[in-house]
Amino acid sequence: MPERFTTLTSRTFVIDQEDIDTDQIIPARFLTTTSRDGLGDKAFHDWRYDSEGKPLETVALNALDTETHRILVAGRNFGCGSSREHAPWALHDFGFRAVISSEIADIFRSNAAKNGLLPILAPKEAHDWLLAHPDVEITVDLAAQRVEMGNGPGFGFTIEPFARHCLMEGTDPLGFLTANEDAITAYETQTA
Amino acid sequence: MSPDSGRPRSLFEKVWDAHLVKAETADTPAMLYVDLHLVHEVTSPQAFSVLAERGLKVRRPDRTLATIDHATPTLDFAPGEAPPYATDAARKQVETLQANASAHGITLHGWDSEHRGVVHVIGPELGATQPGMTIVCGDSHTATHGAFGALAFGIGTTEVGHVLATQCLLQRKPKSMRITLDGPTAPGVSAKDIILAVIAEIGVDGGTGCVIEYAGEAIEALDMEGRMTVCNMSIEAGARAGMIAADETTFAWLKGREHVPSDPHKWDMAVTHWSHFRSDPGARFDHEVVIDATRIRPMVTWGTAPDTGIAVDAPVPAARSASHARALGYMQFEAGKPVSGAKVDQVFIGSCTNSRITDLRAAAAIMSGRRVAPGVRALVVPGSVAVRKQAEAEGLDRIFIEAGAEWRQPGCSMCIAMNGDKGEPGQLIVSTSNRNFEGRQGPGARTVLASPATAAAAAIAGHVIDPATLMEPAHA
Repeated sequence: MPERFTTLTSRTFVIDQEDIDTDQIIPARFLTTTSRDGLGDKAFHDWRYDSEGKPLETVALNALDTETHRILVAGRNFGCGSSREHAPWALHDFGFRAVISSEIADIFRSNAAKNGLLPILAPKEAHDWLLAHPDVEITVDLAAQRVEMGNGPGFGFTIEPFARHCLMEGTDPLGFLTANEDAITAYETQTA
Repeated sequence: MSPDSGRPRSLFEKVWDAHLVKAETADTPAMLYVDLHLVHEVTSPQAFSVLAERGLKVRRPDRTLATIDHATPTLDFAPGEAPPYATDAARKQVETLQANASAHGITLHGWDSEHRGVVHVIGPELGATQPGMTIVCGDSHTATHGAFGALAFGIGTTEVGHVLATQCLLQRKPKSMRITLDGPTAPGVSAKDIILAVIAEIGVDGGTGCVIEYAGEAIEALDMEGRMTVCNMSIEAGARAGMIAADETTFAWLKGREHVPSDPHKWDMAVTHWSHFRSDPGARFDHEVVIDATRIRPMVTWGTAPDTGIAVDAPVPAARSASHARALGYMQFEAGKPVSGAKVDQVFIGSCTNSRITDLRAAAAIMSGRRVAPGVRALVVPGSVAVRKQAEAEGLDRIFIEAGAEWRQPGCSMCIAMNGDKGEPGQLIVSTSNRNFEGRQGPGARTVLASPATAAAAAIAGHVIDPATLMEPAHA
């Protein structure tokens, strides 16, 4: 069960690259796991390690203090590609709690919100500002659906209301579905 | 609601409306009933764990169908021997699915099944995929099944758990897009060329938030395998689902398959029911795109996103962004020069996009009587046991083997490169799969997406080449 998400004040980590796909976020060869835990080491694996598996010292992600940098800012169309939920699991385990882009792929966005990783769609101007100002402290307020950016322009964002509710409560939507057992049975009877 | 009542509706809206258990409200998404849940070994173990933690059962094992495909080896092994898994983790993952399927009474097409294969190949092959259905799977290429007029899309593992437990999914109604492909395609242009051209036109995020309906003469003329190829790659344009209305081609393809009615009266009733699932005249779409299909030529990709398709001999465009420049550098292609002529290291013919019998026939037609170029490794991986047997009955396996290609057992193989089949750093792979992302086919491997004919031609020539140059039969 993910933790509750209310507000988050943290520094940003910027990857100014468009179309970062799920194979970059976690390569497929690490999907042969039966657990959802411990995938942080595999996040952006092929960017962070050499062919022998040694961490590349020049890669900023390897030196990142994830206690202070919990917000990933990425180029347009983040998370495109596969449906692997291992992608948000890996980013969450690595230490990120929110990802901001001007566009986030549908399945990734849906998966992220179910795992304590808040997907934030920023308007182009704010997104451009964040990309151009790496490592700034910002505050995300999920109840108010706003991001405040210190010297930069704050912005409001939209998120599907039920996903927001689940993030704020730290609950999985499965409870909502099982509570509607009668409606499911009625549908099955009617269409049988 | 009857499929025909009320205002004009699209194919997508008809399927959506027919599966609403609970309509959406401002606060909560719609509860959508799932007719068929396809399950494989990679995205299901954590979902079954959630069921176990909460003491929940699989609600409808009869609507759940499992197979093993992603992490499974494609190498031969003798009966009674252990499958030659690339890793112990892969073996454990398959065994976990075997145990979960057995515990919950789910049909699993495992090692001993005549119906084992890539999940998006076997669903249709069994006739489990039918028009008007809702179909989900923990796999983004689930849109494949939309070729039959089903609403089919990929879901995450948490949602796999939701569907296992409740047969329902929480969804906001997506937007709709119709892509009309006017006119016949030129001879030698395949479904893969069509979809690569579509994605190049609308972009890798052009379909985000949408369900696409493909229509028009070029789509209607496709066989079912071709329609599956088109719908399969909807996600590569960001769309969750792609659909094509069922027609006589669809019904003829489905007739006689295991899961469709065999009784003539019941079959006729099914066809009548399925025939309702097409867009009404006047149905409205949030987006309309019209593409002149007569201009589409054999396509290849030059970059590291699936929207970088160009005609095989067209010049690679100049970089329009930093991401494009990075892609050009990774692929080692030069703007202004065509992809044709690039030296090839490996060729992969397979995947849920292009591993069906017509795909193998197209590749075999090019390879027949010819030899794979020295230094090129060519892998032909049928999509299922049934496809493999059909190909062998037609003698296609002999053509591949005599050409010097490897004829493998079914699986996802080098499309996702998690079973040991992969490219090496720097190698150029011409691949009939769906994604050319950096490292997708192995760290540092460079992927050119293409049709089966173009991939086969590249294997023979040793470099990327217009397949038309090899479409005349070889002289023995």
